[in-house]
Amino acid sequence: MSSEAPLLSVEGLCVAFRTERGAVRAVDDVSFSIFPGETLGIVGESGCGKSVTALSILRLLPTPPAQIEDGSLHFGGRDLRTLSERELEAVRGDEIAMVFQEPMTSLNPVHTVGAQIVEAIRLHRPDSRREARTRAISLLERVGIRDAATVVDAFPHELSGGMRQRVMIAMALSCEPKLLLADEPTTALDVTIQAQILDLLQSLRRSSHMAILLITHDLSVVEHHTDRVLVMYAGEVVESARVGDLFRRPAHPYTRALLASMPRLGGGKRRTRLPTIEGVVPGLGNLPKGCRFQERCGAVVESCRAERIPLTSFGTVEENRMVRCLRAEELAS
Amino acid sequence: MKPLVQTEKLGKYYPRGGGLFTRGTFTRAVDGVDLTVGTGETVGLVGESGSGKSTLGRLILRLVEPSFGRVTFDGHEITSLSARELQPLRRRMQIIFQDPYSSLNPRMTVRDILAEPLRIHKLTARGSEEEGRIVELLKRVGMRPEILDRYPHEFSGGQRQRIGIARSLAVQPDFIVCDEPVSALDVSIQAQIVNLLLDLQEELGVAYLFISHDLRVVEHISHRVVVLYAGHVVEEASAERLYRGAVHPYTRTLLAAVPGNEAARRALPVLADATSPARVAEEDGCPYFPRCPSGKVGTCDVTMPEMSAAADDTTHRFACHFPETR
Ligand SMILES: Nc1ncnc2c1ncn2[C@@H]1O[C@H](COP(=O)(O)OP(=O)(O)OP(=O)(O)O)[C@@H](O)[C@H]1O
Ligand SMILES: Nc1ncnc2c1ncn2[C@@H]1O[C@H](COP(=O)(O)OP(=O)(O)OP(=O)(O)O)[C@@H](O)[C@H]1O
Ligand SMILES: [Mg+2]
Ligand SMILES: [Mg+2]
Repeated sequence: MSSEAPLLSVEGLCVAFRTERGAVRAVDDVSFSIFPGETLGIVGESGCGKSVTALSILRLLPTPPAQIEDGSLHFGGRDLRTLSERELEAVRGDEIAMVFQEPMTSLNPVHTVGAQIVEAIRLHRPDSRREARTRAISLLERVGIRDAATVVDAFPHELSGGMRQRVMIAMALSCEPKLLLADEPTTALDVTIQAQILDLLQSLRRSSHMAILLITHDLSVVEHHTDRVLVMYAGEVVESARVGDLFRRPAHPYTRALLASMPRLGGGKRRTRLPTIEGVVPGLGNLPKGCRFQERCGAVVESCRAERIPLTSFGTVEENRMVRCLRAEELAS
Repeated sequence: MKPLVQTEKLGKYYPRGGGLFTRGTFTRAVDGVDLTVGTGETVGLVGESGSGKSTLGRLILRLVEPSFGRVTFDGHEITSLSARELQPLRRRMQIIFQDPYSSLNPRMTVRDILAEPLRIHKLTARGSEEEGRIVELLKRVGMRPEILDRYPHEFSGGQRQRIGIARSLAVQPDFIVCDEPVSALDVSIQAQIVNLLLDLQEELGVAYLFISHDLRVVEHISHRVVVLYAGHVVEEASAERLYRGAVHPYTRTLLAAVPGNEAARRALPVLADATSPARVAEEDGCPYFPRCPSGKVGTCDVTMPEMSAAADDTTHRFACHFPETR
């Protein structure tokens, strides 16, 4: 894969929010690239900056309060940070599409879902209204909506949570994007439909080389549907690895704790307390010096508290992994 | 166990397809459900997307008006109460919404969001008592008091969800409809919330209707599990029994799809494709017939199966003409 040029490359992205209480950095020096046909997963504790990272790529964060303070965003050779709003508008929804974490905030309550998908298609394609509608219905069917010919004329409030989420996915796929940014696309869905949608995404990436940035907290989705994984914690990347390597030998103590709390059917005793990662993520306004996971880490030593921990390579050169932990090699062996 | 919540033949039909002039077609979101939740009990509610779970939860709290049927809460028939008569019961029944964003008022700070129910129901004196209670609530959902003066849009999806949970817990209810309360959360915080719900139940005897598509979480937290399909209860049993010996073909398919449950999956016939109903049930037939691998023409497509109980356990009930053997 590395012989081709990456489709998207993000270098040193820093995003801050200005608030009355001062500025907080929600995303701090995040770098990654995605190649055509590749799926990159992002996981990490709630509030660690996953959505902000994805929204920054399309400059969808309201500025102010948000501000991209630093970093570069390149997509297919173009610098997304310097595109004009009009040029970017042409990229959004067409070459790069996004499935938002909260469907209700991105669906328009006064139009039927069909009208919204048709509009999305016709914004970038010369299709007639009728062609676009036929396409909308077939997309709804492909995301597992039964009775798509009726649902196409429903308003968002008439649909269940999982149906709305699938409407969003259908809309995002309507223009056959080169890159799909999918923020928790299947959280509201049961496993059967989740599998159907993830299979659909896999088939699109095979047939049209669509690349996917998949944000999810579901580790079994990560395990089965991504190629590489980025683990984030309190705004930073703490680990990046190929998915097989990550699950086989997690390098960062946070990653290990996360994998250990993966739920299993019939695992453990019913109605007993589940294992959690003790403690709370530090507030972005008062991050500790040194490692951001230090308060919750069982392996913390004095040097972890001294200064910011760099992201360093881990394992073999072939594995091409990175980790932000001073004791990674020692602890993972 | 004393029944706290009881529904009888509860239903909600929504008219569909273009307004006043097309007659007769309805989405039968919930179609004649009998459900009981005991004091201090957790009932898991599962079923595919669109099966009517959220609608049922809202009907019970009368956030949606029923088309037919009754709901009783602690002996009061609430379906016939006026808004004023309902008010004192409102504190005792809460909901954690599936969509956290649209359920939080964007113009209120976290402090106001959490203080509002305390004030409406006059639960704490304003000032330090109120403040103390709010901080404690935040701590219980794993958030820091520094965030009290922030607005909902300043939070991530999972953080908003936890603010919603804290709000529902503020008034110390007896019953909470938890609609996908942990779906938006990463595993470690999921575990934290599940632990919190278990603790509250032990300390205060809260009852839950726990809606989730994650069958692993439902198994862990529930005493009893109810399976909904197209607005109908198709099977219910204690959690142990349901997960080990479901007899309804739909329940079995549902369980087989859980990641890590490959053994169950291999043992099952393939489910008919959800999007291509190969068969059509008659008006009165079993709603699952079009997709059922063991449905029989002449029976399942024409008669709706009645609820019946297992011979060795009367709390295990199911609606199927040809249940699988345990
Ligand atoms: N408008 C805003 N003003 C101030 N802070 C914000 C704003 N939006 C987001 N944040 C903060 O930025 C951080 C990152 O948020 P983000 O939505 O990226 O989290 P996330 O990783 O997607 O979490 P989740 O899994 O809960 O969705 C959070 O701590 C959040 O509180
Ligand atoms: N206000 C409404 N008007 C019309 N139809 C509605 C309305 N609310 C729900 N429905 C329909 O009722 C059915 C059940 O919806 P409900 O939201 O209860 O499903 P659910 O089981 O909670 O699904 P999910 O798992 O996706 O959240 C769906 O077919 C939905 O389209
Ligand atoms: Mg998010
Ligand atoms: Mg729902």
